[in-house]
Amino acid sequence: MTVLAVHGLSASYRKNKVLHDVTFNVEPGSLTSIVGPNGAGKSTLLKVMLELHPKLSGTVSFFGSTHSKMKKRIGYVPQRGSVDWDFPTNALDVVMMGLYGQVGWLKWPNRSHKEKALASLEQMGMADFAERQISQLSGGQQQRVFLARALVQDADLYFMDEPLAGVDAATERAIMTTLKELKEKGKTVMVVHHDLQTVEDYFDHVLLLNRTVVAHGKTQDVFTKDNVYRAYGGTLRWMREA
Amino acid sequence: MSYTGWILLTASLVGLSCGLVGVFLILRRMAMMADAISHTVLLGIVTAFLITRELSGGHMLIGAIIAGSLTAVLVQWFHARGVQQEAAIGVVFTTLFAIGVILIATQVGNAHLDVKHALMGEITFVPWNVIELPGIGEIPEATFILLLVLSVVLIVILAFYKEWKITSFDPGLAASIGIPVVFMHYLFMSLVSVTTVAAFDAVGAIMVVAMLITPAASAYLWTDRLSVMLVLSSSFGVVSAVVGYYIAVWLDTSISGSMAFATGIVFLISFLCSPKHGLLARYVKPVTMSDS
Repeated sequence: MTVLAVHGLSASYRKNKVLHDVTFNVEPGSLTSIVGPNGAGKSTLLKVMLELHPKLSGTVSFFGSTHSKMKKRIGYVPQRGSVDWDFPTNALDVVMMGLYGQVGWLKWPNRSHKEKALASLEQMGMADFAERQISQLSGGQQQRVFLARALVQDADLYFMDEPLAGVDAATERAIMTTLKELKEKGKTVMVVHHDLQTVEDYFDHVLLLNRTVVAHGKTQDVFTKDNVYRAYGGTLRWMREA
Repeated sequence: MSYTGWILLTASLVGLSCGLVGVFLILRRMAMMADAISHTVLLGIVTAFLITRELSGGHMLIGAIIAGSLTAVLVQWFHARGVQQEAAIGVVFTTLFAIGVILIATQVGNAHLDVKHALMGEITFVPWNVIELPGIGEIPEATFILLLVLSVVLIVILAFYKEWKITSFDPGLAASIGIPVVFMHYLFMSLVSVTTVAAFDAVGAIMVVAMLITPAASAYLWTDRLSVMLVLSSSFGVVSAVVGYYIAVWLDTSISGSMAFATGIVFLISFLCSPKHGLLARYVKPVTMSDS
């Protein structure tokens, strides 16, 4: 069964069409990188699929059903820069937010929620920083908190927007270890990624995007010089020898 | 209760309600919306008066909620169509406010409403305008409405505490896990509107902005916890109201002006002395981060 089926998806941003006729299917247990030049619509694609941004046309189905019915099985890690890190809260609290959908209306998180959140922080090597105000964390630590928040959701399908952007080497290793563990557990992960050099090492599938799908499939089949050039057009400055 | 007692109680209720609502105005970066709504509730109040021909608190609250929501909807509408957020706020609120001023000056001018009263408030009259409550006795109407509004604000903030937190911090995640971000936005705008109109008699539509923004901005400087920020902000609101009243008595001057001035003093003290962000802290000792 396909985890995610996108068909003929189009979307615009302030009258500029940023996604046109995007069609692809994602198999369970895959670790896919979404790669493309700036303005290719990578973040918008995530937002449209998650119904955070309106679509013009097309269909998106999750586990053969709709987004609203499958919300609890979908996890989302927004770009780190999309939130205000001066917000008066600590790391543990941010991770707990991942559970708010499960806590339910008019209820407060309880001890078991807190324990889950602490376990997630521990998994990301952030247990010592649970009580730390989030503005006092480094960029890499903030990203790990975001990952911990996604883990605590215990979703089956994850969307992550540039989780490896601007993080230190240790955080990059910690995040990739976590992503591989998710994959081993049969979870499906789609990651907006910017570093072409690491695509082959980190991801088994790749979706090359430039407003529409340029190529999609197993990394070894699809991540070729030709396809990458087609996705990036004239903007590509660096490319390994294929 | 004594005359002064009622005034201090009324002003403190303003400080409490505004302090609580203000925290989320600051955290949602919507300080400008407070300014806008504080003006446009005037249109709601005047319209309510024109329709019902009486100055009743209940009608005014409903008019204010409608005017406040209209402001929020219009700002959002223009912004979604490419007008800059701040330009949209500026255009919408001045226009709605102007309609309110025109209506007041033509239709209602010689009745009970006047522009100066609406803008500056007149807390000195509050204790005389009483209503009879069964079991409690006489209570000034403005005080009673503020008590109601404070209860509503407290209930709505506590009942949806985690929803306010997550929609303020990360609306993207909130929406993705099924929290109705847009509904929460308009619910919050309604809270701002009722708080503003309830504070209308006490401090007026303009000075309420000081009560909404400044105590919360001060509290933000003292703490890294949302719950503590709420307690501090509402306390600062009360302190400013009480200190402001005595400044006004001492100088024999405008009460609403003195209260707004007092919030400014609280902010200045916070800005200079807060342990984490304060100016003095930087000179007294080097910044050390506590390891937890």
